[in-house]
Amino acid sequence: MFLLLPFDSLVVNLLGISITVLFTLLLVFIIVPAIFGVSFGIRKVYMKTLLKIFQWATLRIERGAKEKNHPLYKPYVNGIIAKEPTSLEEEIKEIRRSGSGKALDAPEFELSDIFYFCRKGIETIMDDEVTKRFSAEELESWNLLSRTNYNFQYISLRLTVLWGLGVLIRYCFLLPLRIALAFTGISLLVTGTTVVGYLPNGRCKEFLSKHVHLMCYRICVRALTAIITYHDRENRPRNGGICVANHTSPIDVIILASDGYYAMVGQIHGGLMGVIQRAMVKACPHVWFERSEVKDRHLVAKRLTEHVQDKSKLPILIFPEGTCINNTSVMMFKKGSFEIGATVYPVAIKYDPQFGDAFWNSSKYGMVTYLLRMMTSWAIVCSVWYLPPMTRQPEEDAVQFANRVKSAIARQGGLVDLLWDGGLKREKVKDAFKEEQQKLYSKMIVGNHEDRSRS
Amino acid sequence: SVSHSQITRLYSRFTSLDKGENGTLSREDFQRIPELAINPLGDRIINAFFPEGEDQVNFRGFMRTLAHFRPIEDNEKSKDQNGPEPLNSRSNKLHFAFRLYDLDKDEKISRDELLQVLRMMVGVNISDEQLGSIADRTIQEADQDGDSAISFAEFVKVLEKVDVEQKMSIRFLH
Repeated sequence: MFLLLPFDSLVVNLLGISITVLFTLLLVFIIVPAIFGVSFGIRKVYMKTLLKIFQWATLRIERGAKEKNHPLYKPYVNGIIAKEPTSLEEEIKEIRRSGSGKALDAPEFELSDIFYFCRKGIETIMDDEVTKRFSAEELESWNLLSRTNYNFQYISLRLTVLWGLGVLIRYCFLLPLRIALAFTGISLLVTGTTVVGYLPNGRCKEFLSKHVHLMCYRICVRALTAIITYHDRENRPRNGGICVANHTSPIDVIILASDGYYAMVGQIHGGLMGVIQRAMVKACPHVWFERSEVKDRHLVAKRLTEHVQDKSKLPILIFPEGTCINNTSVMMFKKGSFEIGATVYPVAIKYDPQFGDAFWNSSKYGMVTYLLRMMTSWAIVCSVWYLPPMTRQPEEDAVQFANRVKSAIARQGGLVDLLWDGGLKREKVKDAFKEEQQKLYSKMIVGNHEDRSRS
Repeated sequence: SVSHSQITRLYSRFTSLDKGENGTLSREDFQRIPELAINPLGDRIINAFFPEGEDQVNFRGFMRTLAHFRPIEDNEKSKDQNGPEPLNSRSNKLHFAFRLYDLDKDEKISRDELLQVLRMMVGVNISDEQLGSIADRTIQEADQDGDSAISFAEFVKVLEKVDVEQKMSIRFLH
């Protein structure tokens, strides 16, 4: 396939040849395997090479820092101050114990009680469990991306050259390749699902729909150079169930959907997203809501219940945290999906931030900037664990069930299990929590008798 | 004194709280910390960071306030007595707590101030009368010069046996 051009310029001909070669390579090594779901293993080799280079880079920085006799800035994920996991009661009793020889169990007020609230408050100002979940995780070794470097003053010339080479490779070779793949994947998805949509309902349509979806997601996976390891695939979600997973980025959807056939749930967007959504729903029943319907919780619950009760329909994919968290913890699961009464298939997704941080900080970056950052990282490496299915036990309510599922996911993924609401990214914390603290403290100074109401 | 890495870490924390990216923190920046927002005395603690009449605190002011919570090292106890008293001395730690009660900064905790702070700590769970009698009893036990208020010296006397050094100190992990 030669591009015949009017002017006989050597440069233009060379350009034509290189584009042709590039696309042929693309087709053979990436798109065809994606269609059939096989892999040449190129990505694994790439990953191993990169790891070796990162280790070398980190050693060089450490050497540079040692030469200048400066301590290196090392981020600590487990917190920077010592916190005691004691309760309000225990702490205040201890303070009082050290202060006086009076009878301790009698409820009363001491001036020293304030020390508890004071120290707790200052501790949270120095290091709290919640706000750090909404920004990207800090890395211990450097991965040659300027966005993750905190010790840039210790980089030698050799390292800078390597970094420059990295920039060249990522922006001039990988980025155009990935954009081409993404474009291919999305257009195939839209056209494929639209074409399948014209077929009459039946086994043939289902078969084709499934494979069109899988193929396009696999191409998108390669568009991000995502290297995914799936564990326990025998627990994969089945029809009539709900698949829940922890949420770090929109890429989670692509990662799960390239290994299984799901019905998506979400709000209809405008623009390109909307076009994709409308095309997809022609081939198989996804559950899309209008913006106005999203607020109506009963309507949402009703449609989801109808979907899961129809055993021929696909498992629903839901992210109960409701927002993107930075993959160091799992935050509160919203109870809506756990009230429906279907079998829940929990999935834990853990990204390795060494190769590219997948977390979408939506208050800092828009979608396009985010995707660009993804496509200029080295790779997206993650592990997916399919956990055994869970159902709601008769003695637990939806919230307890949600917490049980959340703990299982946190444990498997090695994430911190938090009770805090991911919505705190944008909203203020509810007053009820402060009122709880006040109630607990009141018990310590007046006990359980006496009148409680404020006159 | 504070190590280089501890300062770097606190600076990193300061910048992550500084959403406006202008090198200073406002009260809203502190209130955005959920665990602080649910602390009944959260607002009083935030107030301790801001000097009189100011709405912004820079990193130096931030560190200065936090310095009160450094543990008292043993070797510091035997340092020279001629220099200025370190911010994390027992006396200064007690003064920090005293200032949480002393709303109008007149170096006395009046009955009214004690009532207001108590109300913050207990919310709606205790009646005005009960709280009033608790305040009266506390002042009665502490007051020595008969002015129905607690001065700093009287405050220190009441708390002379409490392990202030341990209870008002925060240790770094590294």
